[in-house]
Amino acid sequence: MENSLDPAPPLLEVRGISKSFGAVRALQEVDFTLRAGEIHALLGENGAGKSTLIKVVTGVFPRDAGVVRLGGDEVAPRSAKAALDAGIATVYQEVNLLPNLSVAQNLFLDRQPMRFGIVREGEMRRRAKALLTGFGLDIDVAAPLGNYSVAIQHVTAIARAVDLSARVLILDEPTASLDRHEVEILFGIMRQLAKRGIGIVFVSHFLDQVYEISDRITVLRNGRLVGERETASLQRLELIRMMLGRELAETTSARAAASDRPPREVCASFENYGKAGYVAPFNLELRHGEVVGLAGLLGSGRTETARLVFGAERSDDGQARVEGAPVRLQSPRDGVRHGFGYCPEERKTDGIVAELTVRENIVLALQAKRGLHRPLSRREQDEIAKRYVKMLDIRPPDPERPVGLLSGGNQQKALLARWLATSPRLLVLDEPTRGIDVGAHAEIIRLIRELCDDGLALLVISSELDEIVTYSDRVIVLRDRAHVEELAGETIDVTNILAAIAADGAAMQEARA
Amino acid sequence: MKGLPPVLITAIVLVVGFALCAVQFPNIASTRVVGNLLTDNAFLGIVATGMTFVIISGGIDLSVGSVIGFTTVFVALAIERWGMPPLVAFVAILVLSAAFGAAMGAVIHVFDLPPFIVTLAGMFLARGASFLLSTESVPITAPVYSTVSDFALRMPGGGRLSAIAIIMLVILIGGILLLRLTRFGANVYALGGGRATASLMGVAVGRMTIKIYMLSSLLAGTAGIVFSFYTSAGYSLSAVGVELDSIAAVVIGGTLLTGGQGSVIGTFLGVLIQGMIQTYINFDGTLSSWWTKIATGILLFAFIALQQGLVALARRPAAKRAGAIS
Repeated sequence: MENSLDPAPPLLEVRGISKSFGAVRALQEVDFTLRAGEIHALLGENGAGKSTLIKVVTGVFPRDAGVVRLGGDEVAPRSAKAALDAGIATVYQEVNLLPNLSVAQNLFLDRQPMRFGIVREGEMRRRAKALLTGFGLDIDVAAPLGNYSVAIQHVTAIARAVDLSARVLILDEPTASLDRHEVEILFGIMRQLAKRGIGIVFVSHFLDQVYEISDRITVLRNGRLVGERETASLQRLELIRMMLGRELAETTSARAAASDRPPREVCASFENYGKAGYVAPFNLELRHGEVVGLAGLLGSGRTETARLVFGAERSDDGQARVEGAPVRLQSPRDGVRHGFGYCPEERKTDGIVAELTVRENIVLALQAKRGLHRPLSRREQDEIAKRYVKMLDIRPPDPERPVGLLSGGNQQKALLARWLATSPRLLVLDEPTRGIDVGAHAEIIRLIRELCDDGLALLVISSELDEIVTYSDRVIVLRDRAHVEELAGETIDVTNILAAIAADGAAMQEARA
Repeated sequence: MKGLPPVLITAIVLVVGFALCAVQFPNIASTRVVGNLLTDNAFLGIVATGMTFVIISGGIDLSVGSVIGFTTVFVALAIERWGMPPLVAFVAILVLSAAFGAAMGAVIHVFDLPPFIVTLAGMFLARGASFLLSTESVPITAPVYSTVSDFALRMPGGGRLSAIAIIMLVILIGGILLLRLTRFGANVYALGGGRATASLMGVAVGRMTIKIYMLSSLLAGTAGIVFSFYTSAGYSLSAVGVELDSIAAVVIGGTLLTGGQGSVIGTFLGVLIQGMIQTYINFDGTLSSWWTKIATGILLFAFIALQQGLVALARRPAAKRAGAIS
């Protein structure tokens, strides 16, 4: 402290890191600084670039630009193993250990104590036991790791990493599958390690936990650094603002006029709909010609709500009605049969079939709805594909091009076309503008409003609050897997949504305890 | 702990089965019959030991039967036609088969291909090559063959523990020690638990894959030599389908076909069970020998179902935990 002329370099220094995947810029000149002995939360919504940053720093992905310095020396690991050797260890949410091996073997794999080519099993167990005792675990280290809870597996992974002389420990969503008590144990260990001078990066979307454990917070958004703050001096509302962003707050009441229009017919309604451990029961009415936005942080239950509505998950209880008539939604097939469509968030894995052509992707849902016995003729297919390529302005306008070769925005349009071809009454869009460039962004939003004016009912999930405010007639705010607030008409603006999301987390604490 | 319960069940099946056989044919319970059983299945025990390593590592080796066939033909021709001293012929074929296995392992790793396909290609290759050498059965008359065939340890009760049975038992014990006590063995289990994870944890996955298939082929070559002692001939059609018999022995022995769990001792019990069924059918005299295959098939089904049951049981506590949180 006194020697201010020559301060110790930070433990881990990341400067100007950029990374692109094809045309998508996942990280743009991101800086990150980790000091020895601190617990540093890395926050951001889905797609903000947290995982990419971690993978670039640990050498899983090669970086396009930037430097990483560890203890002042530049490092450029080419693999997770090289990063580990350099002293940067990562423990992922899915524990990267071997459940079929004993705890001791997991701790000492490939570096077991040996004598005459034989593993000294007893010595290995003794050391494993001693190591884990340091982490407050007293378990049978000869038993397979898979016999133990995820929490113990996490601690084992951390113990292994630390024993491999890690100086930087990156914990990616370590608490996602732990209960409250296990979280406490983990936090105890984290504090103890920080005291030893290890720098810990803590990635989580549980804000309460972030406030409980971290010294400092860095927020990423859309692949850019939003800022670094000390946790103690950062208001929760301000943090959420940083995560969700609100550069275009002026555009707030673009659709406020909608509330003047006469109320429309109910398209689908859900009463007391919910699933234990998934999303709390909710009531939801979706009307023709109306856009309902779902707002909330990652993991708040937005996608879960969408999947229940579509029938991809079954409700425990409650009643769904379509045009007033009670229906049962047990599977996506049921959803499609009742005229629902669902464009999932993970376009690449859950939505498009990259190898098939635009035409084949567009007719997929329609063909499925008609059944195998009534195949669409090639002429009909061509006609449908042509119509939607034109209507949605899919570029290049070639229905025979494999969808995988299209840009993100055009893939999204092809996915929209697929559901529009089935002439749905309700369309659920999960993050329709994720990973799409700005121009296509505006187009998708224009499309949403047009569709709505044609009488379609829309349920749209988005992390972009400005966007939601622009097109929604009503906004439902979710927090911790429950619908907590409904905004309509004039009350829809970014400030109100933020306030609803940020409302005191005490209730959440109680619920989890 | 690892793989013990299924092994116990295999052991119980063997003991109960043997007891039932002995009740019907008291003569079965003699060292003479047991000695013959070990001799008759010596080559299978050797090749199944190698297969155990491969399957625990999450792979499969379909080429072993063909490698045995090739080995018998090669050894017979080398000794009888090319005038090689038997020992030189043995060393040559062992080096050749080890190289063959290493090549398959390298292809599997470098091109990231399914072991099933690569070793299937190896199976056709080795079988084809043995036809190329000779399509006829070549008798081996070298004196070392009659010496080895005559050699046997007397067991109490008049049984004979033949040389090839002893070779099998030695390899078996070696296999148990290698799998249980060495870093190599631990890495075999690690690979079966998850290649990507094992690699992240520092296991040299590529080198391990090559070594494992090398070991399997080397043991298949050894089994081929033993088989040539057993039949005193080399024939390109010998040991057809032995890869499947050995996979059956491994699975009946409690090794998980998906890898990560299993034991060599279990495989040995699996071999003995198959041998026991065969012995019973020989004693009965009226049954077709194909009943061995049918019984093996039924046992395989039973053991796979049992493993699925055990896996489901092992998962249940996790499901309960998830339920408790909600």
